[in-house]
Amino acid sequence: MKPEISLTQTPAHLRHGSNIGQPLTRRDGVLKVKGEARYAADNHPPGMLHAVLAVSSIARGRVTFLDVQAAKSHPGVVDVMTPANKPPLAEDPDAKTNPFMFRLDLLQNDQVRYANQAIAVVIAQTLEAATEGAALLSPRYQALPARVGLDAGESFVPPAIGIGNPSEVRHGDVEAGLAKASKRIDATYETPTQYHNAMEPHAIVAAWDGDTLSIDTPSQGLALAQGRIAGLFGISPEKIHIRSPFLGGGFGSKGLISGPQILGIMAARLVGRPVKLVLRREQMYGPVGYRAPTRQTIRIGADGDGQLTAIDHHAKTVSSTYDDFFEPAADASHTLYASPAIATSHEAVRIDTGTPLFMRAPGEATGSIALESAIDEAAQACGMDPLAFRLKNYAEVEPISGKPFSSKALRDCYAQGAERFGWSRRPLAPRQLRDEAGCLVGWGMGTATFPALMFQAEARAVVRSDGSGLMETGAHDMGQGAWTAFAQIAADGLGLELDQLEFRAGTSDLPDAGIAGGSSHTATAGMAIHNAGAAVIAKLADLATGDEHSPLFGAGNAGVVARGGHLFRRDDETRSESYAEILGRAGLTQIEARGNGAADPAAQSTYAMHAHGAVFAEVKVDPDLGQIRVIRLVGAFAAGRVINPRLVRSQIFGGMIWGMSFALHEQAVMDRRSGRTLNPNLSEYYVPVNADVPSLEALMIDEHDPHVNALGIKGVGEIGITGSAGAVANAVWHATGTRVRRFPIRIEDLVTASS
Amino acid sequence: MKTFDYVRPTTISDAIAAAAEPGAAYLASGTNLLDLMKGGVSRPHRLVDVTRLPGLDRIEHLPDGGVRIGALVRNADLAHDPDFAKSYPAVAEALLSGASAQLRNAATVGGNLLQRTRCGYFYDVASACNKREPGAGCDARNGENRLHAVLGWSEACIATHPSDFCVPLVALDAVAEIEGRTGRREVAIEALHRLPGDTPEQESVLEPGDLIVALRLPGEARMFSTHARYLKVRERTSYAFAIVSATAALRIEQGTIRDARLALGGVAPKPWRAHQAEQTLAGSSPTPAAFRRAAEAALVDAKPSGDNRFKIELAQRILVRALTLAAAGTPERMPALPASPFSSVSRSDPGEIYEA
Amino acid sequence: MNFSISLTVNGVRRDVELEDPRVTLLDLLRERLHLTGTKKGCDRGQCGACTVLVDGRRINSCLALAVSHDGADILTIEGVARGDQLHPVQAAFIAHDGFQCGFCTPGQIMSAIGLIGEGQAGDDPERVREGMSGNLCRCGAYSGITDAVLDVQKGLVEADRRRSA
Repeated sequence: MKPEISLTQTPAHLRHGSNIGQPLTRRDGVLKVKGEARYAADNHPPGMLHAVLAVSSIARGRVTFLDVQAAKSHPGVVDVMTPANKPPLAEDPDAKTNPFMFRLDLLQNDQVRYANQAIAVVIAQTLEAATEGAALLSPRYQALPARVGLDAGESFVPPAIGIGNPSEVRHGDVEAGLAKASKRIDATYETPTQYHNAMEPHAIVAAWDGDTLSIDTPSQGLALAQGRIAGLFGISPEKIHIRSPFLGGGFGSKGLISGPQILGIMAARLVGRPVKLVLRREQMYGPVGYRAPTRQTIRIGADGDGQLTAIDHHAKTVSSTYDDFFEPAADASHTLYASPAIATSHEAVRIDTGTPLFMRAPGEATGSIALESAIDEAAQACGMDPLAFRLKNYAEVEPISGKPFSSKALRDCYAQGAERFGWSRRPLAPRQLRDEAGCLVGWGMGTATFPALMFQAEARAVVRSDGSGLMETGAHDMGQGAWTAFAQIAADGLGLELDQLEFRAGTSDLPDAGIAGGSSHTATAGMAIHNAGAAVIAKLADLATGDEHSPLFGAGNAGVVARGGHLFRRDDETRSESYAEILGRAGLTQIEARGNGAADPAAQSTYAMHAHGAVFAEVKVDPDLGQIRVIRLVGAFAAGRVINPRLVRSQIFGGMIWGMSFALHEQAVMDRRSGRTLNPNLSEYYVPVNADVPSLEALMIDEHDPHVNALGIKGVGEIGITGSAGAVANAVWHATGTRVRRFPIRIEDLVTASS
Repeated sequence: MKTFDYVRPTTISDAIAAAAEPGAAYLASGTNLLDLMKGGVSRPHRLVDVTRLPGLDRIEHLPDGGVRIGALVRNADLAHDPDFAKSYPAVAEALLSGASAQLRNAATVGGNLLQRTRCGYFYDVASACNKREPGAGCDARNGENRLHAVLGWSEACIATHPSDFCVPLVALDAVAEIEGRTGRREVAIEALHRLPGDTPEQESVLEPGDLIVALRLPGEARMFSTHARYLKVRERTSYAFAIVSATAALRIEQGTIRDARLALGGVAPKPWRAHQAEQTLAGSSPTPAAFRRAAEAALVDAKPSGDNRFKIELAQRILVRALTLAAAGTPERMPALPASPFSSVSRSDPGEIYEA
Repeated sequence: MNFSISLTVNGVRRDVELEDPRVTLLDLLRERLHLTGTKKGCDRGQCGACTVLVDGRRINSCLALAVSHDGADILTIEGVARGDQLHPVQAAFIAHDGFQCGFCTPGQIMSAIGLIGEGQAGDDPERVREGMSGNLCRCGAYSGITDAVLDVQKGLVEADRRRSA
């Protein structure tokens, strides 16, 4: 049964046009289904050579020998780039002048800091020759014992976590709250190492022309990449042209330019020819970031009525030995549930891995699965239904800060999701439901939330003398549908039909649209687009209303509405004029303006801004064999204005599948002695397959938020995981009566418990 | 991958001569070999492409009721052959539960028999592996080994055989027909794969140049067609190797088990025929108690090789389940999810109440 | 050693000189024939992004040696549409939003065409899901993919019914 795609159109939304809210099919759809969408590795500039990384098989130590001779003797190999002959860089790859500059492995020395670190690059005429050349290097090492896992060494309190949040937050007296509670939960949860594993491996085609650099590479942050490359190579950013029209998935792994991508640029410099470097799948496990494992201890206190008296959420995680990114898992407890006392804290150890990186809902997903499990355990201890318990502890204002929410339709999410799912029929006790074949059935839920972030973006809008429009911004589409959603916003912003609008994005020469990350892109770049459109319309209106030959003469800006390529007098729509006519009379070939999108600091300091949701899961568990299958997931989400329901539904589905995967499937297994990943592939590192996903439903709850931004957009890229991971974990408990606190839940966790 | 000679002989004897030399390997579809070569695990200097050898791609019905399947027959073609699927349903079910449709379309019968282990240390060429390098050691033994063997392993190697197809084949007494330097011979599939002992690098009894040309199932195996299943437990619904798997094939007459064929997968270096367990069932009624007895007998010699004790319990349970399902009768139609514990998914309606 | 092979690719005969037997069918298509619609997601037969039809069957082209497929008839994503006219599967993928980033999409579409041709799954969603499980989609567009395949299957059945009516 397919859910209806509702058109979220209300009169207030139809300011200029009616593209926003339409479930349009993707504008890049034809390209993608025909295989004509060009990804980085699809490029073949004339004279191009192939580069393949050679990577370390030890996690810690030094490279003492590379058989460069053997590699170079392989037919087709043109050169081998090592620390000894790499082109000089203008900046130390280990320099860190701001917290968003991550230290990179660019062959700066013979040191090895993690398994799969780049130790050389082989460049050849053919991909086959380069690949074998890399193998022929037969590196020798001086290896040191690898430090692996959460207990690898002395832990410390990080100075900051995530993208600069405080490690510890304390509100109220948690110990007192726990002491006076009539029910207490004290549980420890473990989450695994996970890899983004976008379907497209990181790749780059780099070509130098003097000190001008052209690259094709997937990027979620064009301007950031441009800046980083500029610093490393000592050239000005304008000399760097990055094309990233399509990314084969990002999920955070392509937010910052990575070491291997830079190595491709260096290789091109070395050989003086265009070079294509594509990571092999096994090489994706190490140098391009990952989600760090965590161990989280959650203590919850509740009184006799099920009201929370305290939440204490502590998370231990890891970072590399040479750089910082600490998964902010405990912060998940900041905003969801009302409690007079909330404390969150983090500690970390350094291990011999690559540096972790933000991975779809960093901290939010990781903390969510633990928190939602703990909340369920608290509900159980209080003898309450999990939904009733969550409603009992509903936060009317943001906990800790006390700020009102800019909007929070979470009650509607709970109600509509529960209704659609049939939650009211859920027996309280676990292990009560079976299907006709005797399989255990369980129903679980989780609350979803994600902050409504905005960064900064700029767009440029043009109206041309033929009445058509152009909107440009260096935005990024990694599958979330930016090309389509932004075009819809642009069309409405410019008062044009979609087929009269040209939308350009995906290259670094365009205005800086910030980063496609933090679920912020649609809001941020969308507002820039909206504002650029408004600015151009204002200019057109000025021209018309000031021109005595125009039907709009004297109307003044406020008296004009833009629609369908025309300006109309607001008080008399029979008086109108087309853009072409206005420009023609003014003797202009085009008119342009820029617009910015950014968070409003005043609104941000007044309101707590989050998207919310509720996810309900049904699982089946074979009672003897322990195999689990998610049967259906029903999510209800409130994320402000939905620009395109079709795209949003797909994003939510994607997030819900990631949540299921978090609970049941994904884990990178590392050998403790070598520090190497043992499943660096897509066969033993499980991402869900089609058959894992029988039924998904996503209800988008209407939510009008005038505070987050003028368009009311909150972003949906990551919220789907939060809530879903916990819902599945809780459903497994409900099916079996066994509470598994280690993720992914494995067959032996259930089989051992039942033997 | 390493450069290699590529030859494509047109006769079996030419193929044997080319492959008998050290460092040569047969190439059929390549779905296993090419993966191993890309991983640096296998580095043959010569590939002998057998895909154009004549006469190896037929399914022949034999006068004695058996079937001979050419080694080049594709996994998918065999599984979807209506007569074969009807006569040997557990074999078809096992085939369809393995890999993906794309791989099944390309992979050959011969290649499936000889596929190599998925042990992470075998694939990780920087790890110590006695299979890859005799005498180097076994890093799996004290490493991440929750998926490793509980039967038939040795201190030198604890890897498992990953094939689904081979499990019902050993249960049904399938035979491999081999052409080699010394002529033609036959080896029971049950005897084809070797236990590791001190020589885990010797995975089969094949000699250099030996080419499996056909697989034969005896006519007797058809007698199990009405009560035969293959079942597999894995960590996602499809496209994953077995944690454990089992086949059960029963001949039931007048409510009594006349003959039982049992085998396990995912638990040992070779597909594991459970003769002792079969004997406990002969003459029994097909009851849960009888099945549990059989399962215990099948795993009586099982020992964990690491963090895999749970596999012993799980293997017993899956054998009981396979027996239960076999006793209930082979389904009319291949299930939508072959070999899955979730035989069907009813799209649950909020209005539908499950029974407690 | 040089190998001269001849392939029919999307209906066009291509005579290829290969100096290297290591070239896979996938790399031949992408790097030498510059037919980059087929994607490399893993190169190890584990993701299905490289799915093409060879002699009418869907296979992973990354685990196929080009030299071994001398004489084969290959259909890639580039050969599926008729000019601007999309194949029903392509149109259905758009209509049902069976993709997001699009990287796995050519492989999904070739796999769907293969699945429908195999005639095993019919209109059973479970069989379609199982049959398409050899194509990973990290964006999670499975729901749309399954709906697209079922839609095309339904259309074929109706077309058949109309023809025989």
